[in-house]
Amino acid sequence: MEWESVIGLEIHTQLATKSKIFSGASIAFGAEPNTQACNIDLGMPGVLPVLNQQAVKMAIKFGLAVDAEITPRSIFARKNYFYPDLPKGYQISQFELPVVGKGIIEIEMTDGEKKLINITRAHLEEDAGKSLHEDFDGMTGIDLNRAGTPLLEIVSEPDMRSAKEAVAYMKKIHQIVKYIGISDGNMQEGSFRCDANVSVRPKGQEALGTRAELKNLNSFKFIEKAINLEIERQIDIIESGGKIVQETRLYDADKHETRSMRSKEEANDYRYFPDPDLLPLVIETEDIEDIKQQMPELPNAKKLRFMEQFSLKEYDAYLLTSSIELADYYEKVKTQVNDAKLIANWLIGELSGALNKNNLDVKQSPISADQLSELLKRIEDKTISGKIAKKVFESIWNGEGNADEIIEKQGLKQITDTGALEKMVDEIIANNSKQVEQYKNGQTKLLGYFVGQAMKASKGKGNPQELNKIIKAKLDSL
Amino acid sequence: MHKKSLTELSEGLKQGQYSSVELTQYFIDRINTYQPTLNALITVTEESALQEAKQADELIKSGDAGDLTGIPIIHKDIFCTKGIKTTCASKMLDNFIAPYSSTVTQNLESAGMVMLGKANMDEFAMGSSNETSYYGAVKNPWQLDKVPGGSSGGSAAAVAAKLAPVSTGTDTGGSIRQPAALCGVTGLKPTYGRISRFGMIAFASSLDQAGTFTSSAEDAAKLLQVMAGFDERDSTSIDKPVPDYSATLNDSVAGLKIGLPKQYFDPGLDPLMAEKIEQALDAYKKMGASIIDIDLPHTDQSIPVYYVVAPAECSSNLSRFDGVRYGYRCQQPKDLDDLYKRSRSEGFGEEVKRRIMIGAYTLSAGYYDAYYIKAQKLRRLISEDFKQAFSKVDVIMGPVTPTTAFNIGEKLDDPVSMYLSDIYTIAVNLAGLPGLSIPAGFIDDMPMGLQLIGNYFEEGKLLNIAHQYQQVTDFHRQTPNL
Repeated sequence: MEWESVIGLEIHTQLATKSKIFSGASIAFGAEPNTQACNIDLGMPGVLPVLNQQAVKMAIKFGLAVDAEITPRSIFARKNYFYPDLPKGYQISQFELPVVGKGIIEIEMTDGEKKLINITRAHLEEDAGKSLHEDFDGMTGIDLNRAGTPLLEIVSEPDMRSAKEAVAYMKKIHQIVKYIGISDGNMQEGSFRCDANVSVRPKGQEALGTRAELKNLNSFKFIEKAINLEIERQIDIIESGGKIVQETRLYDADKHETRSMRSKEEANDYRYFPDPDLLPLVIETEDIEDIKQQMPELPNAKKLRFMEQFSLKEYDAYLLTSSIELADYYEKVKTQVNDAKLIANWLIGELSGALNKNNLDVKQSPISADQLSELLKRIEDKTISGKIAKKVFESIWNGEGNADEIIEKQGLKQITDTGALEKMVDEIIANNSKQVEQYKNGQTKLLGYFVGQAMKASKGKGNPQELNKIIKAKLDSL
Repeated sequence: MHKKSLTELSEGLKQGQYSSVELTQYFIDRINTYQPTLNALITVTEESALQEAKQADELIKSGDAGDLTGIPIIHKDIFCTKGIKTTCASKMLDNFIAPYSSTVTQNLESAGMVMLGKANMDEFAMGSSNETSYYGAVKNPWQLDKVPGGSSGGSAAAVAAKLAPVSTGTDTGGSIRQPAALCGVTGLKPTYGRISRFGMIAFASSLDQAGTFTSSAEDAAKLLQVMAGFDERDSTSIDKPVPDYSATLNDSVAGLKIGLPKQYFDPGLDPLMAEKIEQALDAYKKMGASIIDIDLPHTDQSIPVYYVVAPAECSSNLSRFDGVRYGYRCQQPKDLDDLYKRSRSEGFGEEVKRRIMIGAYTLSAGYYDAYYIKAQKLRRLISEDFKQAFSKVDVIMGPVTPTTAFNIGEKLDDPVSMYLSDIYTIAVNLAGLPGLSIPAGFIDDMPMGLQLIGNYFEEGKLLNIAHQYQQVTDFHRQTPNL
């Protein structure tokens, strides 16, 4: 039988506010345990939450970016459960009325196929703290620095049909939250995490199969692997006559397996009810209009502008705008270097290749936009050839200095002195009488051979076009 | 000296008849004398009180003193006080010292008041008799085998017995007005949101409101003046200007329209109580007020609604007491579940556990709509009743309690009968309105109270109406013989 998988994602994105969602404590990552937890984060008696308006603005921004309805009056609710890293014994979240309602985004697969994915809702909530099981013998340590960190939970409809689509969707959301500046999207630090609801059904069947919820998917690589693994597991069970149980499963990246955490029967009753400490969150139309004015250019608009303004092909523009950092990098170089296509080739080719190889993102690039501009300018003004430029690029990457310094120090300037080139060509003609004769006999494609010899003799510094001209003239006049 | 009101004592301090240190010492001596009998306090802060009094005296000498500078006060032990134990009368918080102060106590301290100690109360403010305290029952100063009411029983008893001229309390379903009535003092519960709840340990967040115990409406006006106002640390406090409550005390009540809800004169009301209310109304009539019968049709729903809403909120509010970060932790927990179960079973008293269980039940899946949502709907209808009434009248009057103080132990094993003693006060909390209880007579030598209910933010009017009554009566000046 042919099976179809159905996937929906819940993405938790940490908002890049200065302080926590209900207190004034900092949310900076990596501080000593419990140094960034104030009395409110600690759930002390009598303290009260006060909503961080910056977090609300960020949620609205997201809503606008995915064409969603902004709820005029949303409600904060308490999700009640006991856990040591949940200081109040409840998490403040939104349940029945989330701040962002139904929205929609277009995802693009690597083969260029496009698809619309519906967003069910996005709501504001606070993060819990962390339990540290390793460092204390027979005890558990609690670090409440993360408690109260603002999160936007983005819930999709079960609109994805493969792990690849799920990854494309997650990447799209990642791209958007970074574009609109509401999250640093840092997956290693847990600023962008995802749970996936996965089920399978016979192809053509309308009714959804029983789903399992996969937790702990913290990288694009893991999510694809984990979902595929889960799809296989479910198909195996059904095909061998079994039944899928609704449950929560944890993905273990080290063992590459998922295992059951709890079944539906064991699921908590969270006893949700509106938080009486917080008033309904009222958002006026004017607030939304204000934020609309401040909205940055979104990925698709930027792609179209790149195509138009820089006469770039769609695929190049798509790649260049895939992350806000790369797009910004491109535009910065473009202010200094004229040839739009040349810049695009270098960013998509050399730079992205080197970054990927070293597992770095654009922000961490050892070569700044200014440094790359200097290098590309030297190609434009013919100081060096493209081939030499690649060597220079490597040297800049390795921290040996800027383009001009390296060209100077390593003597990489193109030889533009026609006299010197002519002398070199004369020598090559003299030393290759056999090839000269063949050329004269009509094998004109040997011209390339002579240019190659000349480039070798100049150690790559000869201008190939110039050499071509000189050699052809000399051979033809023999 | 102890029979003097805050207003009179403030005058005496300013005129140099006595210093704040002397005044403070005087009340500390009274506490030391009567505390063993009354058990009105959990903590006495003698040393810091004298220190604060000294500072107040300097302020008075420099001429910068306000109405409250140097006046002693007792705070209900539900308000967090930085560096001083705050227990909420629970074993759970027997060792808890807050590293911050509530907005209420902070504002009163900034006004120069001298804190004598922390008052006993029902555990986590759950109770109507002050018998659920981990630190033992409080006695009614008028008759020691009677309850003082609750949950702010210690605060009420302390002012009745003049262990302090004034005290603070909180009112979730009548916890200020009921003990004020049973102890013969003036108790004010302002509009929900008028006073910040920051640092006040939550029982039921949508109902809790801080207020005052004083010997007169005039004194209450002075305290409220300092306690009221918006607090950015409490999202439910309301950003509305605070009027001068003392300025309107002497306004005439001629032409005042007093609403009398027929539902408050039900068969459950002691006929002698009804008689006293009639006499109070006569006094108002003499001053030119008129009485209008009004209908509050959902009054009988208020207790069931309250006992869904309040326990629901409390079950969640009290989840933070889990033995993990502060407060009581059981000995040698086997595992996490054991830590939770035993810390909470051992740390909370019976009434608190009862309400947590009721609350968790009404919020649970499958019951939520039938209980919590239904209760919220009825709560709106109860508010609507009052809205209708206030379109016809300026103030609503009635009894505070069905009877005067009952005996200690009488209702402890009968929670429903205990809950019913709040029948006349609870609707005011559900609607978020201001309410005031003033002494209006004695039945068998025990005080009773007249309840005044005002429209939203009309504390000034309530205090004015009460003050006019206290100008023509002297029930509020009576003190028990200890």
